[in-house]
Amino acid sequence: MVKTTLSKSGLILVVALLLSGLAGCSGVEPWVKPYERDRLADPIMALDADPVSSAYIQHVYEAREGARGGEGAAGGGCGCN
Amino acid sequence: MLRRVLVTLFLLGSVAGHAGVLPEDRADVLYHLYDGGGVEIDGPSILVRKKAGKSLSFVGNYYVDMVSSASIDVITTASPYTEERKQWSLGMDYLRGNTTMSAGFTTSEESDYDAKTYNFSVSQDMFGDLTTLTLSYALGDDLVRKSDDGSFERQLDRQIYGVGVTQILTKNLIATLNFETVTDEGYLNNPYRSVRYFDPGSALGYSFEGELYPNTRTSNALGLRARYYLPYRAAIEGEYRFFTDTWDIEGHTAALTYVHPWKDFTFTGKFRYHDQTGAHFYRDIFPRAQATNFRGRDKELSPLTSYTFKLKAAYQFLDESKGWGFIKKGSVTASIDMLHVDYHDFSDLTALAPIGSEPLYKLDADIYQVFFSFWY
Repeated sequence: MVKTTLSKSGLILVVALLLSGLAGCSGVEPWVKPYERDRLADPIMALDADPVSSAYIQHVYEAREGARGGEGAAGGGCGCN
Repeated sequence: MLRRVLVTLFLLGSVAGHAGVLPEDRADVLYHLYDGGGVEIDGPSILVRKKAGKSLSFVGNYYVDMVSSASIDVITTASPYTEERKQWSLGMDYLRGNTTMSAGFTTSEESDYDAKTYNFSVSQDMFGDLTTLTLSYALGDDLVRKSDDGSFERQLDRQIYGVGVTQILTKNLIATLNFETVTDEGYLNNPYRSVRYFDPGSALGYSFEGELYPNTRTSNALGLRARYYLPYRAAIEGEYRFFTDTWDIEGHTAALTYVHPWKDFTFTGKFRYHDQTGAHFYRDIFPRAQATNFRGRDKELSPLTSYTFKLKAAYQFLDESKGWGFIKKGSVTASIDMLHVDYHDFSDLTALAPIGSEPLYKLDADIYQVFFSFWY
């Protein structure tokens, strides 16, 4: 079971790496120009404005619930057992 | 014993969506307090981040949990205890062009549990910086001991694989999609916790025996978040996470957040909902002793539904125009999270009701945070 899931994860990582490599060659025109990103740069739009606080509250949820992960690209895990 | 080990990868790793820019130089001093279900946990968390030149940023975190526990598990099968856990994290980010490479190390120590975690991640900005792709990997190496048995020592290994994409969709909308697989191998149960089984020879009608968990667990989680800038200056965020694992736990988590700035204040309100099924080896009561190959009665592995309502207020008392020396900006933030959990298959044995008619346990906890943040 573990090996099967790992191989799936490995495949996803390989696909993501290939996409990453392709991106370097792409000529996609950004549809939101840099000068149009003032609202996105506003602190109220930050996806993780307070890392010290969100790390703590994630810790609480992982201790109180059976689920874990998926919160962020490099999100936390937990030794909850 | 506190057996929860946080892997603060995102403290150490890159911030998704900003791979081409190093995180801001910043220091936070936080006090946290969890109070509910007979458990009180408090302590500090201190985070310092500083750039070195234009390509490197270093981060360090010191975190403490001071635990005083008389939880439902403890008062029905053991004795109240106090415990302390200390955690150190160090990490660095290296920026080269549109790529950020991050590495970090976390160590956590308590009297009967040690944990070490090594983490790595790579983030790449692409498509005119509209898209950020992040790949991450972490390796955990834990040692489980038992306070009343000096010869007891068990190993637990963990690997965490993550892929995330953050996408600017419009001038007002940003979204992030994250997938994470976690594999555990080793000693996964709690050496102190017991399960309950029918025992006609006991005055209560039941007795207790030790838990016995499988030695492996693999979980997958897929999370989606989107944040939208409202026509007036405010933001709204929606998030959803689907979770599944090889212990047959399936979870759905959803949350809605509203952020409203007013003068030097920023107010945030959030409602979060979580619902999960139970682990296949979980039972509130087993038909007899050693009834199944694996057995557990950890209430977090029970089917449950939780609700959290959060209120948060931040006040910026320093800005660029009135900074203190090298400090450019400062703020103080206070928040409360009111957590309620309904356990659908975990009886409250303190009610001393006849066996089979005990009420289901419910948990109410308040989680307080106060922190000062400085940018320099």
